[in-house]
Amino acid sequence: MSLSAPDSLSSFSRKRKAVVFLILFAFIGISVSLFPFDLIGGSPDVFASEAGGEEAAVETEAAEGAEAAEAAEEGTPVYQPAPKLTEADYPQISWINGRMLAWFAAQLHLWFAAFVLAVPIFVFIIEAIGMATKDERYDKMAYEFIKVSITAYSVTAVFGGLLTMTLIVFYPDFMKYMSSIFGSTMIAYALIFFAESASLYLYYYGWNAMKYGTWKWVHLSIGLVLNAVGTTLMFLANAWVTFMMSPHGVDVAGVFDGNVWHAIHNHLWNPINLHRFVANIAYGGSVVGAYAAYMFLSADTKEGKAHYDWMGYTANFIAIAALLPLPFAGYWLIAEVYAYSQQMGITAMGGVFAWLFILQAVLIGALFLSANYYLWCGMGRSPGAVRYTKYIKYIGFVIVTCFLVWFTPHTLILENWELEALGGQYHPFLGPLGIMPAKNTAVNIMLMSTFLSFLLYRRANKIPTVSWAAYGNAAQVAIFVAATVNIAVLGIYYGYFTNTVYKVASSVPQVASTLLVIASCMVIDVLMYRGAKDVGPFEWGKMPARSQYALFMLAVSFTWLMGLMGFIRSALRQHWHVYTVMRDSSPDAFTPSIAYAAKTVSVATIVFMAIIIFIFWLSQLGARKQAPQ
Amino acid sequence: MKIPKLLQFVIATLVAYFIFQAPYLFLGKPIPASLIIMYMFFSVVMILMVLTSSEESTQELVGPIKALVEDPSKALVRNVVFVIVPVIAAIITYNQVKPSLESPVELRSTHPAPPSKLKVYGKSYDMMTLENPYRKLEKEDPEKFREFVKEGGEVYFQNCFYCHGDKLYGRGHYGQGFDPRPLPFQGKDTIAQLQESFVFWRITTGGPGLPKEATPWKSAMPVWEDFLTEDEVWKVILFIYDYTENIPRSWE
Repeated sequence: MSLSAPDSLSSFSRKRKAVVFLILFAFIGISVSLFPFDLIGGSPDVFASEAGGEEAAVETEAAEGAEAAEAAEEGTPVYQPAPKLTEADYPQISWINGRMLAWFAAQLHLWFAAFVLAVPIFVFIIEAIGMATKDERYDKMAYEFIKVSITAYSVTAVFGGLLTMTLIVFYPDFMKYMSSIFGSTMIAYALIFFAESASLYLYYYGWNAMKYGTWKWVHLSIGLVLNAVGTTLMFLANAWVTFMMSPHGVDVAGVFDGNVWHAIHNHLWNPINLHRFVANIAYGGSVVGAYAAYMFLSADTKEGKAHYDWMGYTANFIAIAALLPLPFAGYWLIAEVYAYSQQMGITAMGGVFAWLFILQAVLIGALFLSANYYLWCGMGRSPGAVRYTKYIKYIGFVIVTCFLVWFTPHTLILENWELEALGGQYHPFLGPLGIMPAKNTAVNIMLMSTFLSFLLYRRANKIPTVSWAAYGNAAQVAIFVAATVNIAVLGIYYGYFTNTVYKVASSVPQVASTLLVIASCMVIDVLMYRGAKDVGPFEWGKMPARSQYALFMLAVSFTWLMGLMGFIRSALRQHWHVYTVMRDSSPDAFTPSIAYAAKTVSVATIVFMAIIIFIFWLSQLGARKQAPQ
Repeated sequence: MKIPKLLQFVIATLVAYFIFQAPYLFLGKPIPASLIIMYMFFSVVMILMVLTSSEESTQELVGPIKALVEDPSKALVRNVVFVIVPVIAAIITYNQVKPSLESPVELRSTHPAPPSKLKVYGKSYDMMTLENPYRKLEKEDPEKFREFVKEGGEVYFQNCFYCHGDKLYGRGHYGQGFDPRPLPFQGKDTIAQLQESFVFWRITTGGPGLPKEATPWKSAMPVWEDFLTEDEVWKVILFIYDYTENIPRSWE
């Protein structure tokens, strides 16, 4: 199957129009991407200039002074300090818990937003692969991916609207303060949302109309614009939430310096940007994987099963490929949290939220287990896989051992007799496993083991024909062994026998070792299996139903994980709307217990999964036609 | 001899359980039950994952179970199993829910977050920048540093060792009577994780200085601000790091 252009679409005038269209979209895309930053630059008509902002901040300290009044008369914005609120400043509605509603709306909005922002990223890539390989299956799959996200897009907007309304109704002074700083970006956000909607609908509805020739390039360009505006939207929203955690561009009283770029570019903005960008891709992959599993299980033809099996495999691949670097992005984020505030860092990792991180570890482990299990079951598609199945038990042993280390807590829950026997709170043998060097070592080895599962899956049905295959295998084994030794030595020696500075720093070469293994072994494998012989016919669709539940498990684990970790990130502020600047004085300004938070997130997860399954069902419904009566 | 998959499952599960019980059986240091449950759950999950990774293996694993339920010739075994399994479940359930005189286990935050500002000795300290004033002597004047460490040791043995112990393991004479026990300073996973400012905060404000997030705190740690000078606190911190051969956490 090829993507050759029908004659009707290949005329010169069509091409010329397509080129014009392409240029127009590129222009719109660039304009939209730059738009908020133009505003951020500090147009004097809209905002106080940087210098003016500084003046305004000084003047506000003597807000009642004559200079401030004069400045106000001259039209220079005078920024107010963060208000000191009382309980009376928070409107109450007797039958609604405002905080809970805001929590639910924000959480559901975020899950759907993560999904709808991520899907176009890999749809764009898959579409490009389809164009490059001229294999129409990729195009079909990419179209199906984006189809799933279209319904979710409107749900995202619904929950975004609900969140905004909830915040305005229940937290009006907070919203007023935030909009006094970020008002311009909020307007920009709304405008970019138009661009996002326009490009998404064009991208989806124009898929078949722009399928061949130059029009396909136009379509791909629309996808690029869609991703540019989507990512910009996320970065803007990230600026608001990270400002609440690590405020910048304001003084200790919360007086804004007038330069919105300062407020956006706060300490945690970039770490969150990176973490969310990567996590969204992994999350989007997992949800689409769940869709493929749903369709696989309900497919009643061999072709249907084969198609959705392939789709599930691809989605799982995307999820895992993005999952591999995610712990490192998370590590950077939490290191920056520590660097910004020791109080926040310890609250997260050693203090009140430490046990939520144990839950996090369990769920991340569940992700690895699901991913590996799916790959192992997938080896059943290949007749040649029998050569490698004997290694599964060893990989399983390494993964579960690392997993147990990964979630072993430092602070144990002890019964009295256990406390008596141990003589103290810390376990003499398990204690060292409860701190980061052990976790870092375990997670790196777990990542490499998952990659090894992928390598075995990849070569399951192939026999290399190159003369140097034995050397290639030996090199791969040597790389794995060397990296494992390196990671273990770095973890044990630098983690426990040197200064903490080296302890934290040693995580970087550990990560580098893992990435080196993945990159070098992949290169060797690709070269080694070029022109390889097939052992037998590879059978898409030959997958047991239980493997599809592993895909569901992946999506549920991701969702739950994001909810719990999102709660920690947000709750690190404790009783502050804006950390150390604007206090939350509402009746609900308490830090929930772990059980309370876990139950809330769990209920939200169930609601999300129910809506997602409804969306899956809707996508099936759209394809059905009622027979005439 | 090929071991049937179901038997493999049973053996692997028992081996895992034995490994987790070994620290208690051989060394008297139990892995807490709360953790063993989690360890066993994921070990069993992994064993099942490995055994069901291929269709043939899955059929071999579930085959005897299916036969037990469906095969008419296995009626006697079936009836025995159908009695034994619920009885075992009932015993486990009973042991889980029966009334106990044990105080309930509770989750305790042993590393509560420090405040951003600490107010002791009539002064306000910024916790982000607070440093041990004598730490720099370790390089600049090692002789003086050793002298201060020795003085810190005297402070320790006059005040702290009753609870934290002579070897700093947290097992002093009085410490045996406390729940939670006094924290140990030995090991690479205790004070090596902390900045000296954190330790200064914990010593000077003691149990009553713990933040609300650590409630219900039951720490018996006195407010040492009332008994030791600032100078003595910094010196005793030097001593506990020096004695345990730990290096305080730092950022550079």
